[in-house]
Amino acid sequence: MTGTAAEPAAVAAVRLPRRRGTELALIVVAVLLSVYGYCAVGLARDGSVPPGAAGYGAGLGVLALLAHGAVRLRAPYADPLLLPIAVLLNGLGLVLIYRLDLETPGDRAAPTQLVWSTIGVGLFIAVVLVLRDHRVLKGYAYLSVVTALVLMIVPIFFPAVNGARIWIRIGGFSIQPGEFAKILLAVFFAAYLAANRTALAYAGRTVWRFKRLQLPTGRVLGPIVAIWLLSVGVLVLERDLGTSLLFFGLFVILLYVATGRTGWIAVGLLLAAVGAFAVGSLEPHVHGRVEDWLHPFASIEAGEGPNQLAQSLFAFAAGGLLGTGLGLGHSILIGFAAKSDFILATAGEELGLAGLVAIFLLYALLVERGFRAGLALRDPFGRLLAIGLASIVALQVFVIAGGVTGLIPLTGMAMPFLAQGGSSVVTNWIIVALLIRLSDSARAQAVPVSASGPAAGSGSESGSKEVRA
Amino acid sequence: MTRHIRHAAAFCALLLVALLVNATRVQVVDSRTYDDNPANRRAAIARFAQPRGDILVDGKPVTGAKDTGEQLRYERTYRNGPLYAPVTGFASQVYGTTFLEHAEDDVLAGTDPMLAPLPLWNDLTRAQNPGGKVVTTIRAAVQRAAFAGLGGKKGAVAALDPGTGAVLALVSTPSYDPERLAGTGSAVTGAWARLNADPDKPMLNRALSQTYPPGSTFKVVTAAAALDAGEITDLDADTRSPAPYTLPGTTTSLANEVEGCTNASLRYAFQWSCNTVFAKLGVDTGQDALAGTAKKFGFDSSGLRIPSPVATSTFDTAMDDAQLALSAIGQYDTRATPLQMAMVSAAVAGGGSVKAPYLVDRTTTDDGDTVASSGTRTLRQAMNPGTAVQLRELMTDVVEKGTGRNAAIEGVTVGGKTGTAQHGIGNAGTPYAWFIAWAQEPGDAQPSVAVAVVVEDASADRSDISGGGSAAPIAKAVMEAALR
Repeated sequence: MTGTAAEPAAVAAVRLPRRRGTELALIVVAVLLSVYGYCAVGLARDGSVPPGAAGYGAGLGVLALLAHGAVRLRAPYADPLLLPIAVLLNGLGLVLIYRLDLETPGDRAAPTQLVWSTIGVGLFIAVVLVLRDHRVLKGYAYLSVVTALVLMIVPIFFPAVNGARIWIRIGGFSIQPGEFAKILLAVFFAAYLAANRTALAYAGRTVWRFKRLQLPTGRVLGPIVAIWLLSVGVLVLERDLGTSLLFFGLFVILLYVATGRTGWIAVGLLLAAVGAFAVGSLEPHVHGRVEDWLHPFASIEAGEGPNQLAQSLFAFAAGGLLGTGLGLGHSILIGFAAKSDFILATAGEELGLAGLVAIFLLYALLVERGFRAGLALRDPFGRLLAIGLASIVALQVFVIAGGVTGLIPLTGMAMPFLAQGGSSVVTNWIIVALLIRLSDSARAQAVPVSASGPAAGSGSESGSKEVRA
Repeated sequence: MTRHIRHAAAFCALLLVALLVNATRVQVVDSRTYDDNPANRRAAIARFAQPRGDILVDGKPVTGAKDTGEQLRYERTYRNGPLYAPVTGFASQVYGTTFLEHAEDDVLAGTDPMLAPLPLWNDLTRAQNPGGKVVTTIRAAVQRAAFAGLGGKKGAVAALDPGTGAVLALVSTPSYDPERLAGTGSAVTGAWARLNADPDKPMLNRALSQTYPPGSTFKVVTAAAALDAGEITDLDADTRSPAPYTLPGTTTSLANEVEGCTNASLRYAFQWSCNTVFAKLGVDTGQDALAGTAKKFGFDSSGLRIPSPVATSTFDTAMDDAQLALSAIGQYDTRATPLQMAMVSAAVAGGGSVKAPYLVDRTTTDDGDTVASSGTRTLRQAMNPGTAVQLRELMTDVVEKGTGRNAAIEGVTVGGKTGTAQHGIGNAGTPYAWFIAWAQEPGDAQPSVAVAVVVEDASADRSDISGGGSAAPIAKAVMEAALR
């Protein structure tokens, strides 16, 4: 793509504002909204502002300001929406978890979540400060994929939790290594496809006479099939439908973007259909999920009471258009995964369709800003990485939100930033950090050399040049 | 590549649209279906999320609420639960509601739209109204007298104000504490199982839900029919009745417990409860006239609510003369609830007019503003006013010098009628002792209380069992409490 005439060279003459002030203002709004939600829970439940409100607000505020400071320092041209959205989603997630903690006095998850959020923001700051240029990551592509594979395989040796082998537990400490594997795989896919996209797009024999369906040579095709098998393998061994779906979707999207061959979509969908059908009908755990999806009220009719999905649908329905109000719903009826997989049901019940749409739009904005960074970048690796990271968020939101609202079969997955789960929060903060870095590169490169100011951009003709001075 | 990035973005947008459409389906389009699913606990949670309104006796609550902090948060408590159980019924998290708790559930639970000052605004804000109050017509002293009078015996008492139809007492024994059924958990399910398995049926509301053969107390109805039909014109005339009396068309012979019934006058027969005279009188008056009068008193009309539902009292309409003769003395298929017999007594006391009995004086909001109030309503005229005057005379005689002397109250005009209803196969069961009565204070224009008492296991010598022995003293105590 280097040197392609259609690339956004036209914007080169425009001096992009940095918009750090906008970011700060939005962060303040995000923190205030979260504190308001925290107070609303207390007011609804006890008629008084919870005693921890000031501490909660201060904690979230300090974290957000530190992150903002790092962005101001090292990524001054970054998209001003990314960080406030992350802060708001994380803050809202803490409110929802705190709210659900009130129903389970013996099991408080919000303090732990706050600790993980702190670690996440810490890593965000570290990535923004340390990673000066995203293209450095290209060099670690193969290390990434090996690490990702190890991380994915390790949980097989640990006992299953709630039917899925995706955790490793050491002492009282549990992490979900598959979460981190997402980023590593995105890095690998972006690097591999950036390097091989020509071969993938044009090489190989024509099959079926269709002009667009040309298979590349086995050498190039090999890793793709390997990835497909891996995703199904992970699914079967760890019973992790969500992650395998995510990896596969991510791969197909990046393959399509990199090669521009619609045929790959067809091949991808075909392989996915075969894999999903085989696993869905043969693997009992996954088969059960599919059955639950098709007949969410079967357990009620059998006299066994509502299952989690039915309870989740009840919660969403109870919320209606405007919701019951924070703290006033009964989504705790969903049971053990109410704070993690099903946290969206609490949002749906207590904030209503209005609140749910707002949350979806926040995610959509996050994804859209990721895509925008991808569009603006010049180097194929950076573009694919931005698209990959944004797609991870999009697919994850779709898979879990579609699951808990009965649109698709349920898969154990965490709503980014919202759900309880340390690995997930940390991973998503790293994703946002990378998107900040990518958007900074994208926006900074549009600044003309002659522009006055401390952060001079590179020339606009070649995106492969050093982006930052 | 740019074009394909845009395609990928469009794909992600498509996923978002799918999510939004589906969320709208679940939360708006199909939400009612999910809300109404019986497995959805939210309705129950909302129902018990606030304390239930109180049921009041003499202006004081006989109920309460306990905050358990559990999912179904507020549990019902009862003060003097066994005493008021036939009035209140129970309100259980598990087993639902009965009697007033059931009939006035909308008010007590706060769901009655009349409780909201601004119903539309309430719909919008989803605010829940605090539970309203139900003010009963029960008078605590009368209720206590009836409960104490029955004591350990199985039976029931219903007392009415004949002028208005207000229920002054409603007692059933043995009773139970409805509080044991409030709430959830093994204690409640255990209590439910025990109460249902108890052969004494403590949860049976004998005053409203149980019908008994009324025995000789039904002679009031037979006498009213005969007097209204003109079959008897002189209370003291010879009725030309043989004793024993052979039931028409059979060889079965009907006898009396007392002497002197042969050709007795109606006054004597009523005073001493001559079966032979009334059996013949029933046949002479005829089935249509008798059934018609019974119907006007309230027999055979289903669906009576006070607002607790009342079982239907019955008088057959297609019988041969032998069956009619037995029905006329309150046997064969004739059955009545204690409340129905209190209505019979009240109709005599009230000049022949049958007032609709009512247990709820008014319902109010939590603040005490009246939501709805009951008033006196005449159901029917059961007999001519002149007949009522004659029957009052007959009933007064029973108490002054007949079988009901145990109910006499010093300085008060009391009318009554005893009854001893045989039942069981071949009449082998212990007879039910009945007494219906009314009492009038000297200066009053009309009696101020009417009562029916039934005692199931009157544990006296078989020969002594009579309404006068077991039931009349209870009626006396109830009337004394009502007059005080």
